[in-house]
Amino acid sequence: MAFKIKPEELASEINHKPPKVNWIDNPVEFRKGTYNHAAVPDSIEYINQPYPRKWQPYEEDWKLPQDWQKIVMEGLRERINKFRSLKLFMDICVRCGACADKCHFFLGSGDPKNMPVLRAELLRSVYRRDFTLAGKLMGKMVGARELTFPVLKEWFYYFYQCTQCRRCSVFCPYGIDTAEITFIAREIMNLIGVNIDWVMTPVKNSHRTGNHLGIQPHGVLDSIEFAIDDLEERTGIRVEVPLNKKGAEILFVTPSADYFGEPHYFTLLGYFALFHEIGLDYTMSTYASEGGNFGSFVSHELMKVLNAKIYAEAKRLKVKWIIGGECGHMWRVLHQYMDTLNGPADFLEVPVSPITGTRFENAKSTKMIHIAEFTADLIRNNKIKLDPSRNDHWRATYHDSCNPSRGMGLLEEPRYIIKNVMNHFTEMPDNTIREQTFCCGSGAGLGTEENFEMRLRGGFPRANAVDFVHKQNDVNLLLCMCAIDKATLPPLLEYWVPGVEVAGVHEMVGNALIMKGENDRSTDLRGNPTIKKEEI
Amino acid sequence: MGLFFSIVAFFIVALIGYLGYFSPMIFGVVIPYLALAIFLLGIVVRIIKWAKSPVPFRITTTAGQQKTMPWIRRNRFDNPSNAWETIVRMLLEILFFRSLFRNTKASIKDGKKLVYGSEKWLWLFAILFHWSFLIIVLRHFRFFSQPTPNFVSLLQSIDGFFQVGVPIIYITNVAIVVALTYLFLRRVINQKIKYISLSSDYFPLLLIFGIAITGILMRYFFKVDLVQIKELAVGILSFNPVIPEALHPLFSLHLFLVSVLLIYFPMSKLVHMPGIFFSPTRNLANDNREKRHINPWNNEFKMHYHTYEEYEDEFREVMKNVNLPLEKEEK
Amino acid sequence: MYDAPKVILGIIVFLLLFTSPLWINIFGGQTSVKPNIQLPKDANECVYPTEYMKNYHMDLLNDWRDKVVRDNQRFLLKNGNFVDFRGKKMEMSLSHTCMKCHNNKSQFCDQCHNYLSVNPYCWDCHVAPKEGMK
Repeated sequence: MAFKIKPEELASEINHKPPKVNWIDNPVEFRKGTYNHAAVPDSIEYINQPYPRKWQPYEEDWKLPQDWQKIVMEGLRERINKFRSLKLFMDICVRCGACADKCHFFLGSGDPKNMPVLRAELLRSVYRRDFTLAGKLMGKMVGARELTFPVLKEWFYYFYQCTQCRRCSVFCPYGIDTAEITFIAREIMNLIGVNIDWVMTPVKNSHRTGNHLGIQPHGVLDSIEFAIDDLEERTGIRVEVPLNKKGAEILFVTPSADYFGEPHYFTLLGYFALFHEIGLDYTMSTYASEGGNFGSFVSHELMKVLNAKIYAEAKRLKVKWIIGGECGHMWRVLHQYMDTLNGPADFLEVPVSPITGTRFENAKSTKMIHIAEFTADLIRNNKIKLDPSRNDHWRATYHDSCNPSRGMGLLEEPRYIIKNVMNHFTEMPDNTIREQTFCCGSGAGLGTEENFEMRLRGGFPRANAVDFVHKQNDVNLLLCMCAIDKATLPPLLEYWVPGVEVAGVHEMVGNALIMKGENDRSTDLRGNPTIKKEEI
Repeated sequence: MGLFFSIVAFFIVALIGYLGYFSPMIFGVVIPYLALAIFLLGIVVRIIKWAKSPVPFRITTTAGQQKTMPWIRRNRFDNPSNAWETIVRMLLEILFFRSLFRNTKASIKDGKKLVYGSEKWLWLFAILFHWSFLIIVLRHFRFFSQPTPNFVSLLQSIDGFFQVGVPIIYITNVAIVVALTYLFLRRVINQKIKYISLSSDYFPLLLIFGIAITGILMRYFFKVDLVQIKELAVGILSFNPVIPEALHPLFSLHLFLVSVLLIYFPMSKLVHMPGIFFSPTRNLANDNREKRHINPWNNEFKMHYHTYEEYEDEFREVMKNVNLPLEKEEK
Repeated sequence: MYDAPKVILGIIVFLLLFTSPLWINIFGGQTSVKPNIQLPKDANECVYPTEYMKNYHMDLLNDWRDKVVRDNQRFLLKNGNFVDFRGKKMEMSLSHTCMKCHNNKSQFCDQCHNYLSVNPYCWDCHVAPKEGMK
């Protein structure tokens, strides 16, 4: 990483005192390292989004359409009439400030416009001027302002400095959800072609090839075969991974980073080992080869079309139900949006674990369950043999990812699994886990190189909590169940807390899993030697 | 600037109210009627405006363990999975400010450690303020209606539990002043809060503070003819108004500030009162995968998803090469 | 409008609650009930002017109570001299002074107190004069 500032310096210069000048009179400055690049026209064109063009946020001219203000205001009006959430959240905030120091970006940057209340005020001030009586009459006196180019710049900068983690929403006495405001603000900006490449290009890829990375079908197959080889080398067992297989009982969908990314890949090995051991009748798909959904970072429509493939593929392959892998925002979409957007899934059956017979009533409409729910159920019913001492070289803590904790409530299942597959597990401080968990700082499409400083700042609260257990309890592994976490926590920790690695929960399951006919398992799934029993 | 503006605005309002004793008809009858009408109508209009927008997605904020398998203990009221649990969650939110109770305070120690402390002051004074306000309004039923409902005596005896002073000092009267002072000073002294505050945040605090102080002054220091005031109030609230011969300036001020509050209410942030009931992150059960939520405009999405057929058409060659199953063989 | 049944129910509850004094007044049928104070027929002078007594009698009684009970001072002093009231030293006494003239609690005290839901604790200790003794 080309980032020069030392961690101590970066931390010590964080100042939570707001500046003298009123926020409304304080235009944004695009400082290198704190924003993302604009989407390339090719991607925008492929998915038929408006105004594809070459531009960059730091340039003076954004090459906006002539009547961009009109388009934005029309877009805002339309969404106010479509989303009660937006209309309500624009009206009822009392600016009590409870949310202010809940945002990881505020905590890590000290920039007052990263207080969720001000982030929302950026939009609210414009709403006020056109949609409220007081704003029409008294303007700036009541915090109303016109939509100008500097305002748009602020929107772009700060709505792409929010990871839609919803931590503020937990503390808000009215449940105002900044993720919803950010989501809609980004959707409105997308109407005039103001968006970022790290969101739009993955969307385009996923639309075309079925996954964000743009891996074509043979690529998916290649990588899975590679994984099968690796797993054989480490466990002595050659598993079979069906792809695009019609008539399987279960479709398994996981974020595409699992095929290549490190450390995601070891979690993939964990899945394969587990599915083999219990003899699951499942298939993966090259067409629905992505669980994640970058569409959900920019527009409801794009979220819908990307998500649609999962049900479409389940129908084509005539599976009975679906399991989803470890991912964060993917589960927000699957849990809170999929059924509404692309259901009803009346061609599927209520998920029943073929191994334990457990009927997942909680997913009886969506027909999709989380791998952690599935595995926790297996362990509870003693259907797999585990040797937790094979993970004794790890001293782990667990990072709840934002979406499954605050948009679903998946808190105990992963902990139950972890405690059954590992001997050394420590929780981070209470204010940093479960529903109060801190974002990795790189979610919602912000995990780019060019945004690295902001990611380090946003990830500071998380890293700080890891540092605490690293020092107190010698923790050397941060477990998580989110593909973006797995991609962005390693550089974050390398910067703030060197000596702590990152892994998925099912990698630990894979390590601990006793498989029929396995070799001596002298290494874990990463190829690291495990601690022998005699050595302890 | 917002602070200055709202202080000036408050004093102008107060001056007008004080001078109201010149016209008992306008300030005693016309304005109160107008204010009541605007308040009731304004709130109803606001509610209908909200209700005109659908709730396209069920975006519950979950703050506890979900319902999955029976052996995992779930957090019913921070992550409700059915209607009655959601009702309890809403009651906890509305009556006890559940979410605000979670409040923490983050600070940086030793230049690099983030620490989080419990921060219940805002919750405490917010709840003191709101409950005091409610009880004070309910106690005022002794002026509003004839006969006075029974709960008033009960409230009075609880509120005046300590039997200190004559007339007895009500706990809520002290509490509301203390709470408002805290809420106001917080906005002025706490740099972060000052930074986010608008004139519309100071103004209602000043207004309610003015109402509370004038009420207290009338009760303990500059006593007014309460029989006359009740006759006025009951007259108004039975559509049989009697224009009073004279208004005590302090009462005229009190009544005018209340009227302004009623008028200001539906067009300001004070609509959080009805608003909280509509908050989709709180008033919906987290049963998304159990019950399908319907979005009434779901069919308005124009873009079509990339179908498997289109996908296979593009990649048939490579898929065939690696023996992936195909729907259609090459022509 | 979406969720119409719930919203309409909510609006109705809101309106009912916030207009409840109206309904009590209209259907209570007691809006014409007003305090009807019977003034003593054989006295035309009070310890203080009527206007003052109307608004501040509770302060006066409280003050008397303190002087009598706590300072053992039975008669009102002004500049060190006893104050004359109707030819006698003015005794600071609810029963002996006030209720001598205003001898009917229900026709005098209770009229306003009931109207305004005031529940003074005078009668926790004092005994009201028997009514109908006239």
